Amino acid sequence: MGKIVITKEKELLLRKKIREHKQKSGPLMPSLHDAQEIFGCIPLEVQKIISEELKISVSKINGVVTFYSRFSLEPKGKHVIGVCLGTACYVKGSQAVLDEICNTLQIKVGETTKDELFSVEATRCVGACGLAPVFTIDGKVYGHATVQSAAKELRRIIDWETGTHEN
Amino acid sequence: MKTRQDLNKIREENLKQIKLLDDTKYRVVVGMASCGLAANADLTYDAIEKEIKERNLQNITLTSVGCIGECALEPIVEVYDKDNNRYTYCSVNERKAKEIVNKHLEQGEIIYRYLIDNYKLLIDEDGNKYEAPKYQYRIALKNCGIINPTKIDQYIGLDGYKALEKVLFEMTPEEVIDVVTKSGLRGRGGGGFPTGLKWKFTAANKGGQSFVICNADEGDPGAFMDRAVLEGDPHAVIEAMIICGYAISASQGYVYIRAEYPLAVERLQHAIKNAYEYGFLGENILGSNFNFDLEIRLGAGAFVCGEETALIASIEGERGMPRNKPPYPASSGLWGRPTVINNVETFANVAQIILKGADWFKSIGTEKAAGTKVFALGGKIKNTGLLEVPMGTTLREVIYDIGGGLPNNKRFKAVQTGGPSGGILTEAELDTPIDYDNLIAKGSMMGSGGMIVMDEDNCMVDIAKFYLEFTVEESCGKCTPCRDGNLRMLEILNKITAGKGTMQDLEDLRELALMIKDTSLCALGQSAPNPVLSTLDKFYDEYLEHVVNKRCPAGVCRDIAKLVITDHCIGCGKCLRNCPVNAISGHVKQRHIIDLNICVACGTCKPACPVNAIISV
Ligand SMILES: Cc1cc2nc3c(=O)[nH]c(=O)nc-3n(C[C@H](O)[C@H](O)[C@H](O)COP(=O)(O)O)c2cc1C
Ligand code: FES
Repeated sequence: MGKIVITKEKELLLRKKIREHKQKSGPLMPSLHDAQEIFGCIPLEVQKIISEELKISVSKINGVVTFYSRFSLEPKGKHVIGVCLGTACYVKGSQAVLDEICNTLQIKVGETTKDELFSVEATRCVGACGLAPVFTIDGKVYGHATVQSAAKELRRIIDWETGTHEN
Repeated sequence: MKTRQDLNKIREENLKQIKLLDDTKYRVVVGMASCGLAANADLTYDAIEKEIKERNLQNITLTSVGCIGECALEPIVEVYDKDNNRYTYCSVNERKAKEIVNKHLEQGEIIYRYLIDNYKLLIDEDGNKYEAPKYQYRIALKNCGIINPTKIDQYIGLDGYKALEKVLFEMTPEEVIDVVTKSGLRGRGGGGFPTGLKWKFTAANKGGQSFVICNADEGDPGAFMDRAVLEGDPHAVIEAMIICGYAISASQGYVYIRAEYPLAVERLQHAIKNAYEYGFLGENILGSNFNFDLEIRLGAGAFVCGEETALIASIEGERGMPRNKPPYPASSGLWGRPTVINNVETFANVAQIILKGADWFKSIGTEKAAGTKVFALGGKIKNTGLLEVPMGTTLREVIYDIGGGLPNNKRFKAVQTGGPSGGILTEAELDTPIDYDNLIAKGSMMGSGGMIVMDEDNCMVDIAKFYLEFTVEESCGKCTPCRDGNLRMLEILNKITAGKGTMQDLEDLRELALMIKDTSLCALGQSAPNPVLSTLDKFYDEYLEHVVNKRCPAGVCRDIAKLVITDHCIGCGKCLRNCPVNAISGHVKQRHIIDLNICVACGTCKPACPVNAIISV
């Protein structure tokens, strides 16, 4: 699994943010959001920093981190593909799109490929029900998805990535 | 900091601009909420802006606005003219945008074929005509799609913060609570608890710090009402929260919003900043002696945090687990203090009630449910989108008159309301007037406003499984019935959809469901069996088909579905081109055939067929 690097710079940034949150009640959640944003995940090393600053035990912090699906212990892939399994998309067949993407990448939902290029997520309504079914790649929404259109977009990125690797 | 005189001036100027009472010739708005942006409304906006500049057109204002409501036809551009006409152009790409500027804005020539005229006839690009949405009535969405949500002045222009002024300078806190109580406003977050009563109970515990919380966690996996309000009209929520603070003597508010809504968070942040600058938030609001601060707290992807006690735990920095009630938040909420917690849409009604009075609000809707409700209509429906109707409107009116019915001549099967806590309503129940009690009596619930239409291609056992998968994933794990019971139910459903179910399983399923309903700690567990129970009650035949005949009539459950092409086939080849595993063969204009050895029953071919020739056997 991918390792994350805790640079001095990022660590200082996190500590600075936490000290701001400490001025207010309930600083843990905002601090965790910042940590997730800065490092892309919240592994034990990062939890220790938060623990030091907030004087909250690591065990408690770990409990909170693992409760919420937005916080992760491990980093995600370079490209995050989300297929909407919100109800509007589901009844219009988004499960087939998700299956296709997982098949192509040979991973399960929530996993990251070995080369750390792709993570696949099942998301909830992204607010584009009018375009259902939808999937997202790195935040951009692709509407009226079909198994073919998803496969095509995926191919495009894979080609692009392998292209740059060869260079 | 603005004085009340300043506000009056801003109000007057902006009203003039919005109503085109100044020298503005056309007011052009582009819907740029999440749905619009997903359809590239930003490119449309840029194209219009560029074209106006290139043609050097004067006296035209171009504004980006929130959700206009017709999500299926995004990007949407609306042109308002001096005579108060409103022209709604749909599916406006860059080419159409240029044409609209050239023809409509420059030469005054309306391009009818791009139009959906909300008050006459709806016509889409293919010439399909829909009935007009005559039942809509906008209170909570009053400004959505009309004002630029990032411009506080435009909100003020349409009576914004006027209710706050009225409350601060003309009303006592008791009077405010009284109006809200008399209006009959009930919570729009699902439960339908009377809002005035909630405020009253909380106010009774004042003395020391109290809190106001806005629940913007919007957990229903297929709905987006609250997001639309926050993206399209954030100040309506802020104003109401300040009013609530005044009524219950709270000086601190929190908006708990899903982190998955980046645009709504951004717009809300911006709006709060503006509200501070204008003196609507902070100390001595508008020169009164009332103080109120407002902060945003982000959710982190846990459905259960929409439940009020879990939400409070989450703000406090704990795992978001519900606790037993009582004590209710009204007496012991955030940090043990008295707390009002209301849904976004509930708040979005408050300022209007203060301004127009309790009687006005009560005159809309039904006796037991005053006002309107916003729904996110989706699934197998022509006009997917956001709509607001008076309580008491029937499901049929919403689905057929506003929603335009089902696409592709498919047969209606069911409509789901209330999300994972709700249930399914059938054809026979379509004339039910929508309100809290009626929907519960029919085995569903109002919920927060998700409304998903399903057609003959949807399998009801699969839908029950879909919702249960959701609840199993989202159960916080604190109580056994919810944590383990729902998982057992899911296992049974998996068995049934794999063609391995028995009659005993159907009995076990019902028994488990009733037990979980009775014994779970919070409403998540108590309502989790609803989708299963309501499908069992209303589509028992479909369960039997799966169990007895090992057959999925809708052709959805992959392990047992068999898809075939009937002799209705016209040989167009669309199914063949859409099949991801190349299981279909056939010549042009001849009947095609599915090779069942290759077919994975993904169902992609079904909607692709223009003559519904693909069926499941
Ligand atoms: C599992 C669960 C999820 C909920 N999710 C939401 C939600 O997303 N938004 C919401 O406003 N209320 C939600 N509620 C209801 C809240 O607990 C609470 O009743 C509501 O916020 C009160 O506001 P209202 O009276 O204005 O509706 C949920 C309740 C449960 C049990
Ligand atoms: S359900 Fe997929 S975008 Fe709404």
